[in-house]
Amino acid sequence: MSDTAQIPGQVPLVGYLKLGENPHLTANQCVSCGARFFDRRNACASCFGTEFETVDIENEGEVRSFTIVSRAAPGVKVPFVAAVVDCGGTSVRGNIINTEPDPDHITLGMKVRLATYSLGTDDNGTEAIGFGYEPA
Amino acid sequence: MSASDDIWILGIHMTKFGKHPDLDTVDLGAEAAMGALNDAGVTMADIGILAAGNLMGNGAIAQQLQKQIGQTGIPVYNVANACATGATALRTAIMSVKAGESEMGLAVGVEKLAGAGLLGGGGQAKSDGTVYEPSGRFGSVMNTDGRVGTQTMPGVFAQVGMEYGHTYGGVDFELFARISEKNHSHSTLNPLAAYNKAMSLDQIMNDVMIAFPNTRPMCSANCDGAAAAVVTNGAKLKTLSLEQQRRAVKVSASILTSDPYQEACQVLPDVNTLTKRAAAQAYEAAGIGPEDLDLVELHDCFATAELVHYDNLGLCEEGGAVDFFNSGAPWRDGRLPVNVSGGLQSKGHPIAATGIANIWEICQHLRNENGDRQIEGAKVGLAHVIGLASACGVHILEKSAA
Repeated sequence: MSDTAQIPGQVPLVGYLKLGENPHLTANQCVSCGARFFDRRNACASCFGTEFETVDIENEGEVRSFTIVSRAAPGVKVPFVAAVVDCGGTSVRGNIINTEPDPDHITLGMKVRLATYSLGTDDNGTEAIGFGYEPA
Repeated sequence: MSASDDIWILGIHMTKFGKHPDLDTVDLGAEAAMGALNDAGVTMADIGILAAGNLMGNGAIAQQLQKQIGQTGIPVYNVANACATGATALRTAIMSVKAGESEMGLAVGVEKLAGAGLLGGGGQAKSDGTVYEPSGRFGSVMNTDGRVGTQTMPGVFAQVGMEYGHTYGGVDFELFARISEKNHSHSTLNPLAAYNKAMSLDQIMNDVMIAFPNTRPMCSANCDGAAAAVVTNGAKLKTLSLEQQRRAVKVSASILTSDPYQEACQVLPDVNTLTKRAAAQAYEAAGIGPEDLDLVELHDCFATAELVHYDNLGLCEEGGAVDFFNSGAPWRDGRLPVNVSGGLQSKGHPIAATGIANIWEICQHLRNENGDRQIEGAKVGLAHVIGLASACGVHILEKSAA
């Protein structure tokens, strides 16, 4: 895993989001079978191989499923669109952003691309950067 | 197969599902357990193993129940397997009987869930601190629920149904609402259901939206409830009364699976593959096919989930779930009634009780004891339950030949 603090003053929402000129996601890929994981594994869930390498995930994808969440836990802003996005064969969980959260604007199979946005700044002046997928 | 390899449900009981403010978890579980013992015509003196589940509890519900209904020193198992906890408890008792460690077992599932809110989301202890520090398996600096998709159950299962639509087409908001309309209609005949009022399509679609396309009545109802079953083997059954033999229900298959690796299972639980595998194993063990079923109770935790399980359980051809529903088949007067109890959307879903309560429903029909709700001539039924992430229980039950 590369250092998460890639940009001074910024921190990604999750460790597998890489910031910089070309923000993108990464995954731990099983060297034996190519299965990809966003978190650490001791052995591959698919083939039990124990060697992994970091690979980049494509930024462009297609919405394979979605839901528009209107009721959520306290502190979670609604409505938002949660989706499964197929990024070149790797399934990614993320929100659909930069469009209206209603069934007229979100459709199964729609083409999307990764986008980042600010989640706020902490007491040290560090800005958290989140990601989502916007219509392509 | 010798008679001692046959497994039979000798007695089974479910409590009224709903609100039980005057009963605690042990009271409710004991009511179900005593009901099952009475139904079986036995006492705790006959029971050689107890398996019990209570997901929200302290992990010792089996011992607590013994103290409430009879402490005999038998081995007990406290089981937990999410929404499949009840089925897992039953299967634990069955395995003990099959292994010859006991002749008779008791399985109990109980939950107090009335008034519980959304399950599954925002549950991390960590709050959004004022200094961002990566932590946890994903190195996240704040709660990811709502920022990286959703972790709440209505949203997760909404995506399960929508994904089916993406693969096979033909799904929309109204289709899912009509599935819920069916189950709410069925519930009007079930006095033990938490909610037993019919709801029109308009009412369902215009109710509070929780996670599109699931509105509130399309979500399983959090409630209190318990269910319990007594199981025995064929050799023991033969020593019991003719009445006990006549009312016993044969467990033709008792299957439990977990989810095998699938590419997308780390981002959206795969509730399909393990259900398909469990169904295939169950049909093989029972020596029957889906065409032999007279009724099915499947895990409609959300309307969007019911659709995919028509397909997963082989009730229709692959990709044919929408056509299967539109044909009217799963209505109680249809070709293969599904969730005539009202399903989790109206009967309610006291998590650990659900995997035994659905078997109770099937048994009532096979014994021809289900009153107004009876599916006439029912001889074979299937009960399915799934818990994230993930466990699937499938039981096939057959009417006694006696």
